[in-house]
Amino acid sequence: MAELTEELSRVKAEDSGVPSTDVRVHPNPEPSGGPESGDDRAGTPTVIVDDLHIIYRVYGAATEAEKGNAATALLRLLKRQGRPQMKEIHAVRGVSFVARHGDAIGIVGRNGSGKSTLLRAIAGLLPPHSGAVYTDGQPSLLGVNAALMRELTGERNIVLGCYAMGMNPAQVKEKYDEIVDFSGIGEFVQFPMSTYSSGMGARLRFAIASAKAHDVLLIDEALATGDRDFKRKSQDRIKKMRDEAGTVFLVAHNLDVIEETCNRVLWLHKGKIKMDGDPKTVLEAYNAV
Amino acid sequence: MSQPESAVADAQAGGPKNGTPEQGQEPLAKLAKRYGLRRAIARPSLPVYLRQLWDRRHFVMTYATSRNVSKYSNSAMGQLWQVLTPLFNAGIYWLMFGLILGANKNIVNYPAFLITGMFVFTYTQRSVSSGAKAISSNLSLIRALHFPRAALPLAYTIQEFQQLLISMGVLVALVLVTNEPVTWYWLLIPVALALQTLFNIGASLVLARVGSTARDLNQLLPFIMRTWLYASGVFYSIEDKVAGTNKALQWIADIMYFNPAAAYIELMRDLLMRTHEPRPYIWMVCVFWAVFAVVGGFWYFWRAEEKYGRG
Repeated sequence: MAELTEELSRVKAEDSGVPSTDVRVHPNPEPSGGPESGDDRAGTPTVIVDDLHIIYRVYGAATEAEKGNAATALLRLLKRQGRPQMKEIHAVRGVSFVARHGDAIGIVGRNGSGKSTLLRAIAGLLPPHSGAVYTDGQPSLLGVNAALMRELTGERNIVLGCYAMGMNPAQVKEKYDEIVDFSGIGEFVQFPMSTYSSGMGARLRFAIASAKAHDVLLIDEALATGDRDFKRKSQDRIKKMRDEAGTVFLVAHNLDVIEETCNRVLWLHKGKIKMDGDPKTVLEAYNAV
Repeated sequence: MSQPESAVADAQAGGPKNGTPEQGQEPLAKLAKRYGLRRAIARPSLPVYLRQLWDRRHFVMTYATSRNVSKYSNSAMGQLWQVLTPLFNAGIYWLMFGLILGANKNIVNYPAFLITGMFVFTYTQRSVSSGAKAISSNLSLIRALHFPRAALPLAYTIQEFQQLLISMGVLVALVLVTNEPVTWYWLLIPVALALQTLFNIGASLVLARVGSTARDLNQLLPFIMRTWLYASGVFYSIEDKVAGTNKALQWIADIMYFNPAAAYIELMRDLLMRTHEPRPYIWMVCVFWAVFAVVGGFWYFWRAEEKYGRG
């Protein structure tokens, strides 16, 4: 609840005419040796987003005038109008950036600023209206949830989820115990997922989704649930993935998570990048608004 | 990540060490090309697509089985319903058309005739109508994970196929109860089912693409399906009704048998029942539709691969 009011107050502040300039903060460009310098892949681009525009078509957004009864529908047909409920939403408006090996990029912004849409576009799941997304390998969204079935046991869901992410039977067998251990749901793995508490469900989903090695991993609000212990475990796992020279994108409203996990933050506002730079600077500016 | 380390990472990212020019000096598209990055959305060629689909075969099978299991997971008798449902269906058709309406006295072994037709038709009907929803009801899955989208209509058809196998068990038991002899033709039953399955896969792929954009299709489908049911000779024999003794009208019957559902029903009856003999024409129609539907279906579905999940 506290988070929500915080968010709302932020929204209010933004609407009340605070100057919004496109600021780009570049961290200290001094090259120096670091832990990643041994990996010659570190620093090469993995994701390039070039002037990306995404337009959504939304059905069923009925307006006041259009009350969706049979008579108005017929009238509309007779007048040869299209469905007025079909709205186009320009969710991402000209975003460009380059992400590199070893980056963990946090994306912040208020609700509806296009964060999730941007992630889906990077994952190649939403076609761009104009512009392009170039990637090295297949970016994958940490979102196996949609493939799981609540009525089935945790066991079956682990297998189903792993296959949905493109594993083969040998890999599933290999990862199975690890997933059960990591999720910490114990004997509940024998029960249908519909009997799980929301925390247990979230833990199992994260455990399944993060079982696969990804070149580019996109995480959308996956860390919001779970107890403190699990949060720490999942953050460790994200760090590990990042150390394996992958690139991680993280969308979260919980700014602490971003500050702890990311080395770069993009601030999206109304589908555009308002700020891009190191977490401290961007989050300070974001909080100040 | 602590601050100094992230500064290092970004320094490497932007610094001259890797010979990477500052962002903005080089068009991003060129930068992408130089590092061999590919566009996130690009439709693979058809052979590559089919190979990707083959790689996902375990997902397709597990997804189909899981859907079948979850379907009855809330009922007390659980998976027993997989057998009970076709059994009850057969019972009701038998009661209605065999006993109460007493239709078609001149068809030998009408219960077997009717239930064969009903089960075979139901298989195609259910594959096609679930295929029509395969994309539109799985948008969240499509927007979350990357896989060849044809996996979904395919999984739906396989789910129906698993149900059909149980129905076939019921059907064979019933045919035996009605004193049909076991013949060599029974060995051809798997071939007939394979042909029908190929047709169903193709048809559900086509319907999946149509259903992903034509949102009114799901309202219309029940009517289309019922018309198809009546035209396919499930309750009556097309041969007897149209041609009868008048051999001059045989060509009209043959046109009606060109309807794939009618042909697959006829083929299964020919194989299962002793009073029928499989005609070469029926075989040809069945093979034609299987090949045509599966080739055309994959091609048609693949053409819109990158558009699924949008809007």
